[in-house]
Amino acid sequence: MQWRNSSSHYGLVSILMHWLVAVAVFGLFGLGYWMVGLDYYSSWRQTAPDLHKSIGLVLFAVMLGRVLWRWFSPPPASLPNHGRMTRLASKLGHSFLYLGLFVLMISGYLISTADGRGIPVFGLFEVPASLTSIPDQEDVAGLVHEYLAWALVIFAGVHALAALKHHFIDRDRTLTRMFGR
Amino acid sequence: MLKKTLVALALGGALIGAGQAMAADYAIDKQGQHAFVNFKISHLGYSWLYGTFKDFDGSFSFDAAKPQDSKVNVTLNTTSVDTNHAERDKHIRSGDFLNVSKHPTATFASTSVKSTGEGTADITGDLTLNGVTKPVVIAAKFIGEGKDPWGGYRAGFEGSTKLKLKDFDIQKDLGPASQDVELIISVEGVRK
Repeated sequence: MQWRNSSSHYGLVSILMHWLVAVAVFGLFGLGYWMVGLDYYSSWRQTAPDLHKSIGLVLFAVMLGRVLWRWFSPPPASLPNHGRMTRLASKLGHSFLYLGLFVLMISGYLISTADGRGIPVFGLFEVPASLTSIPDQEDVAGLVHEYLAWALVIFAGVHALAALKHHFIDRDRTLTRMFGR
Repeated sequence: MLKKTLVALALGGALIGAGQAMAADYAIDKQGQHAFVNFKISHLGYSWLYGTFKDFDGSFSFDAAKPQDSKVNVTLNTTSVDTNHAERDKHIRSGDFLNVSKHPTATFASTSVKSTGEGTADITGDLTLNGVTKPVVIAAKFIGEGKDPWGGYRAGFEGSTKLKLKDFDIQKDLGPASQDVELIISVEGVRK
């Protein structure tokens, strides 16, 4: 398998980033859901949010890389059996996943930095605050983060179901392509 | 409000008629913000965490000669809680603590004032917080009064009271050292 995407196949970079992001998104959703319900005296009470924020910020960098890579090495063309509607739905769906992820990550960042505090990433370095003047910033960003997280994780499930539909019903290469075949 | 003012005026008139001193009405100095509603709560039993409510308003009537006739009313915007930490403030506003989307205002209305010594008094009143109304007693201290340099007349007090979080239906348990919160109110009023 080559690094770059070709006109018919995904390359290693796109494939690795796709699956890495998939694991991170579902992992962050689970971690986030679990951590907000933690008891004050839980030993994870500080560690879990620190991890959630660190992974989220790294994911942001990976997603930026993914967008750049798309531009540098465009994904393969749609499969010939995909009609106009399928192509349109796929384009809209993927746009929502990309855009939603960025808004989700930015809203999370805006919660934690609302008072001007930076976010330590795995204790190695700190991402500084920037925007701090939105009225009720931590509450507004918090609502966006919570609802969008649900919307996105549900939609990622739809994305997975669509891939399975292509594999088992249409019997095309949509899913296997994401494994490099 | 108008009705209350009229009653106060009528009462004041009657008092003057009887040749007695009239309690003056003061508005809390919100414009200059010489007024604070602070609180402190123990963190794990190891230190005090301080917070404040930035947005509140109110009035009081006071006559140094007749402290038992004093009255005080305060209305507070619970969303304005600030502990100098955005994530904590967000948590305090949530259903775990103050439920601000459901109960955006807290109020205190005095019902009786009892002098307890030179310049001190117990102010009993109804505190509504998180949708729960309970009588509380604020131990208040008169700080000072007099003309200000800008043509007004001011009087100031400080008071505090201890609240059990559970009494006001605050669900989150912060541990045995943090069952109570102390409210510390420091206000200056400008005579109306």
